[in-house]
Amino acid sequence: MNWIALRMLTGDTVKYIGMIFGVAFSTLLITQQSSIFLGLVSRAATTVVDVRDANVWVMDPRIESVDNVWPMPATALQRVRGIDGVAWAAPFLRSTTTIVAPDLPLQTASLFGLDDASLVGLPTTMIAGRRADLAAPGTVMMDEGGWQFLFPGETFTPGKVVELNDRRAVVVGLVKAGVQFNSQVSLYARYSTALNYAPGGRNRLSFIIAMAEKGYSPAQVARNIETATGLKSLDSKAFAKASSDYVIYNTGIPVSFGTVVLLGVIVGIVIVALTFTLFVRDNIKQFASLKAIGVSSRRLVGMVLLQGGLVGVMGYALGLGAATVMVTMGASKSLALRGFYVPIEVAAFAAIVVALIISAAGLLAIRKVISTDPATVFR
Amino acid sequence: MNNMLPTPQVAVRCSKIVKEFGDGESNLRVLHEIDAEFAAGELSLLVGPSGCGKTTLISIIAGILSTTHGVVDVFGQTVTSLNGDALSRFRLHSIGFIFQQYNLMPSLTAAENTSVPLAAAGIKRHEAIDRAKAMLGKLDLSAHANKLPSQLSGGQQQRVAIARALINAPRLIVCDEPTAALDAKSGHRVMELLREVAIAADRACIVVTHDSRIFDLADRIVTMEDGRIVPSPTDPIGAHR
Repeated sequence: MNWIALRMLTGDTVKYIGMIFGVAFSTLLITQQSSIFLGLVSRAATTVVDVRDANVWVMDPRIESVDNVWPMPATALQRVRGIDGVAWAAPFLRSTTTIVAPDLPLQTASLFGLDDASLVGLPTTMIAGRRADLAAPGTVMMDEGGWQFLFPGETFTPGKVVELNDRRAVVVGLVKAGVQFNSQVSLYARYSTALNYAPGGRNRLSFIIAMAEKGYSPAQVARNIETATGLKSLDSKAFAKASSDYVIYNTGIPVSFGTVVLLGVIVGIVIVALTFTLFVRDNIKQFASLKAIGVSSRRLVGMVLLQGGLVGVMGYALGLGAATVMVTMGASKSLALRGFYVPIEVAAFAAIVVALIISAAGLLAIRKVISTDPATVFR
Repeated sequence: MNNMLPTPQVAVRCSKIVKEFGDGESNLRVLHEIDAEFAAGELSLLVGPSGCGKTTLISIIAGILSTTHGVVDVFGQTVTSLNGDALSRFRLHSIGFIFQQYNLMPSLTAAENTSVPLAAAGIKRHEAIDRAKAMLGKLDLSAHANKLPSQLSGGQQQRVAIARALINAPRLIVCDEPTAALDAKSGHRVMELLREVAIAADRACIVVTHDSRIFDLADRIVTMEDGRIVPSPTDPIGAHR
C-alpha cells in the first residue's frame, strides 16, 4: 500500500510541491537564522576561545563578559601567582582602539596586550611573520580576516603602518583568530606596547590569564583564586559560556532572531498543516473507498504517516541544503559573516521542529481519516 | 414444479435489521425490522424511492455500517458480530464494491486502480498489477490498462471499477447505482457484464438502483419503502422478480 500512498501524494502536484515548499521554507528560516544567531553569540566568547594556552581567567568581580572590561590594580598579578594550584599567571589587556590609516575609513579594532616575555594568549596559528617579531617596539600583529577586511585584495607584507591612539604601529604578522563580537579587526601586541595604544587611566590590567598546575582542575584553581583575592575567577569554559550568556540575556539579539525562527515554525505549521489537511480532505473519498474495500485503519494511518514523512524529509533536506548554501556562501563571500556555519545542533533542532510540524499536520489528517465513515462512499 | 428445482444457497440473510440514527428527540429509525434473503447465483436489485433506506441496508450488508439491532449473515459469516480488523478483512476478501461515482484514484492507472484490493491484501506490486491487467483483459480494457481515469470514458471507468471489485474474487458484489451516470446502452452493457463476470453458483450480486431501464436484467427485485421491504404477492418476504 505504500506505493499507493506515494502515488496519491505525488498525484496532486500543486499540493505536493506546496507542502514540500512549506517545510523547506520553514527549515530554511529556522536553520539560517539560528546559525547566524549562534555564530554571533559565539563571537562574544572568541577572546576566551582563542587563548588556548591558559585555562583560568581572573578579573574584576563586576565583569560579566570578556568584552566588558574593568581594570584591576597591577598588584593583582603577583597575588594570583602566589596562589595554590597556579602554575603560572600572565597579564592580558583587552581594549578597543581606533585604526587610522591613509585612504581608510576609521575602523574600531579589538586590542590585546600579551605578556611581554611569553606572549601567552597570542593565537597559536601564524599566517605570516614570527612571534619574535613582536619584540620590536611599536609592532602589532593583526588577525588574517581583519587584514582582508581592512585591505581587501592586498597581499600582506610586513611593515604596513597604521596609527593607533595617535601612535605609529607597524603590522609585522598575521594570525588566525576568530571574529570578535564588537569589531571586525583584532590587534595583538606586547603588553607594554599595547598600553600605549589603549586609552585608559592608572589601572590597565583587564585580565590575568593563568594555567592550573597538574593535579588541579581549572575550576578548583579559580575557586582558590576567588577565595584568596576576592577577585572573580572562572575556568575558560565557564568564562566563554558566561560571555555568550551575557549577549543572550542582555541584548535584543535573541528576541530578534527568535522572532524569525518562531515565524519559521508558524509558517511551517500554517502552510504544511493546512495544505496537508486540505490534501487529506480532498482525498477523503479515496480514503473512505480504501476503508470500505477493507484497508484497516492502522494501514491508512501508516499511509498518512508515510505521506507526511516523505514531505517532511524532502522539505527538510531542501531547506537544510538551501540554508547551508546560504550560510556557507555568505561566510565565504562576506567578511562580516566569516566564521558562520550551520552547526549540527541547529540541523538537529530544525529536524525536531519539522518532525513536530509534520506530526501536528499528520495528527489532524489522521484524525480525519480515522473518523471517516466508510459508508460515505455510498453517499 | 418449483419443488423440483435445486434450492439456491442463501448468500445474504438479514434478520430483524433495525437501524437508527441520532439519540433522544433527534432519533430517526430508517430501517424497521427488515427480514430479507438474497440467493447465491443471482443478480438482485434493491429498488425504491430516495430515502427509503436501500443504501443503508446495502451498507449494513457490506459491513461498512453497523446495525442498531438485528443480524446479517453473508455466506454463513455473521457480519454483525465482526468489528475492527476482522471486519476489514471480511470486506477485503468477501465483498466487492462498485460505487456510483466509481471512486477510482485519479493518480493511479486503470491497472493500478484495479490492483488496489490485492495490494491491500499484501500482494506485491508487480504481481498485483499483472493480475489486474489480466482482469482488465477479461473486461476488454487491455488497451487502457496504463491510462489514468481522466483518460477513460464513463463506461470504461465503470468497467475498471468492476474489475477492481472482482479482482479478489469476492463472493458478494454490492453495487450502488452502477448505471446512474451512463446512457441506456452503456448501462445495459454494464449490467450484462456484471451478469457475466459476477454471477456464479457460489456468488451473489446486489445492485441498489433507481434505474428502471435495467430491471429486466435482474433475477430478483427487492422493493423497499419507508425503511421496510414491500412484500410481493409471490414472495412473502419481499423479494420478487
